[in-house]
Amino acid sequence: MAELLEVQDLVKHFPVTRGVLFKRAIGQVRAVDGVSFTLSAGETLGVVGESGCGKSTLAQVLMLLEPPTSGSARFEGEPMFAMRGSALRALRRNMQIVLQDPYTSLNPRMTVGDIVGEPFEIHPEAAPKGSRTTRVRELLDVVGLNPEHINRYPHQFSGGQRQRIGIARALALRPKVIVCDEPVSALDVSIQAQVMNLLRDLQSEFGLAYVFIAHDLSVVRHLSDRVAVMYLGKIVEIGTEEEIYQHPTHPYTQALLSAVPVADPALRGQRDVIRLTGDVPSPIDPPSGCRFRTRCWKARDVCAEEEPALVDRGGHLSACHFAEERSVVP
Amino acid sequence: MTALLEVEDLHVEFRTRDGVARVLNGVSYHVDAGETLAVLGESGSGKSVTAQTVMGILDTPPAHVTKGSVRFRGEDLLTAKPERRREVRAEGIAMIFQDALSALNPVFTVGFQIEEQLRLRRGMSRSEARARAVELLDLVRIPHARQRVREYPHQFSGGMRQRAMIAMSLALDPEVLIADEPTTALDVTVQAQIMDLLAEIQRERHMGLVLITHDLGVVAEVADRIVVMYAGRIVEQSDALSLFRSPGHPYTAALMKSLPRLDDKGAALDTIKGLPPSLLRIPPGCPFHPRCPRAEDVCSAEVPAPARLGLGRTSACHFAAEVLNG
Repeated sequence: MAELLEVQDLVKHFPVTRGVLFKRAIGQVRAVDGVSFTLSAGETLGVVGESGCGKSTLAQVLMLLEPPTSGSARFEGEPMFAMRGSALRALRRNMQIVLQDPYTSLNPRMTVGDIVGEPFEIHPEAAPKGSRTTRVRELLDVVGLNPEHINRYPHQFSGGQRQRIGIARALALRPKVIVCDEPVSALDVSIQAQVMNLLRDLQSEFGLAYVFIAHDLSVVRHLSDRVAVMYLGKIVEIGTEEEIYQHPTHPYTQALLSAVPVADPALRGQRDVIRLTGDVPSPIDPPSGCRFRTRCWKARDVCAEEEPALVDRGGHLSACHFAEERSVVP
Repeated sequence: MTALLEVEDLHVEFRTRDGVARVLNGVSYHVDAGETLAVLGESGSGKSVTAQTVMGILDTPPAHVTKGSVRFRGEDLLTAKPERRREVRAEGIAMIFQDALSALNPVFTVGFQIEEQLRLRRGMSRSEARARAVELLDLVRIPHARQRVREYPHQFSGGMRQRAMIAMSLALDPEVLIADEPTTALDVTVQAQIMDLLAEIQRERHMGLVLITHDLGVVAEVADRIVVMYAGRIVEQSDALSLFRSPGHPYTAALMKSLPRLDDKGAALDTIKGLPPSLLRIPPGCPFHPRCPRAEDVCSAEVPAPARLGLGRTSACHFAAEVLNG
């Protein structure tokens, strides 16, 4: 089966400059540094990693909000980054994004109806003028909001409801892919579950594919078919949800999973706990070879000299010279 | 025996343009030396306001304490003189916050901010205070403390800043440490480091630790006892093990079920319907009844009194015993 989305060696570097009048580049933030993955129709690919690992930059580049430094991406076989004109317009209809902060991603001066209906201004072919209000009401209903509230403003809604508005806006053009960048991390636990269930229902109803970016590993597992773990701009391990959570082979994945507190006090002191020391190094000057080696307990000389490729090591792709399964989730 | 820190029947309201928000409606808890009390709740449940009342850092107006007491070693702080409050705030009870970047002063070095209290309250000289600040940064495992002490907060990473704030709070050897969402802004691997550090310091100094959080996982890892807050009330209190084994309040039970799990992909999550109530219009009776799966007529008519569910366990639910037994 042809993949919906195929990303190959995607790189995004941001220049670091000094000086105002005579700007000169003094380095590069290597935010995304050679990322490859595929996404099939109706599938969810989870992307996890800590702050600064490049997961949000990845979303921005996929949405063509930032031009890539190099690399390619194909949507239904067509190279995305070369698209212009009508092809580009069609692509934008097919790929939508839901952002983290429901407070800043909605214009406070627009009504909910205008926000959700705005995509039709740009893509009038998606809904004829006379039917737009009906369509917006439908969308509000689909995401569990009262269609009667179409004339309200964002500040009249709670955080969870605002996130639903953002989701309705993303659904307006009937996209095939929605990139979700931390869609539930600003929400309280009881509201988070409602929004996660909504995303799940919408996926089966409309056959959506998600790129689901989050730092919460439990949230990602719950919604994902496959999961990619990122560290300093690279995917270090990728596989099915089961492979990553039950049979992780990369030390970083293992450390990440082991650091998640488990809501069961009976397991206190009985878990396999891996504690990393120090912070994530700067993406301006990442370590040579394997980027994780400075915090890795398995690191040898080879890790500094040779960058481990993301290849099949024990059933799924892992970028570690010493990949070895270690189950850390109780 | 008097508890080290005891909050009793605390009522706080915020008088706003839109009306009176009843933020705390009778909150009572206590913490003893060497004990970790977790205060669990979602946004707006009143967990931070309780802590701010204890510390005496509520903005008045709009906030007004209308009833209740805060006792530190038996002494009521709400009626104490301002100088005495300041003294307790410095030496008795310390607090750390979620957002270390805004809690630290950006125009002074980290060292200066630790030394300030030592010079003021301990009468240390500049060099004595500097030496102690380096020791404290060492204690919270900031590498190269001798150099770091001269740096500004923006030069620290998020985890380092949180460590620096912990060092600052420990400078005057407080007996109680209140930590308000200390790891919420941090990545999970750094969160684990900071929680380990807090637990270790608490053990070594035999401090009382009040940990305010919304994260059930963090609570399960460190708490001795737990109070669960909802709409300005404590709905359940229990030791950690029993609470997780069998919650005694429908809200606690629902919260646990709505959590996605790390060890299982699982089907659709159980959700709590609706939203937390507006504090301007808290529903009559049990504040949770509009969202509660087992609510009956009595729930909207009468505020449930805390029912005893065994040693040190209470649940403010009309059907507490039934909830406890599933």
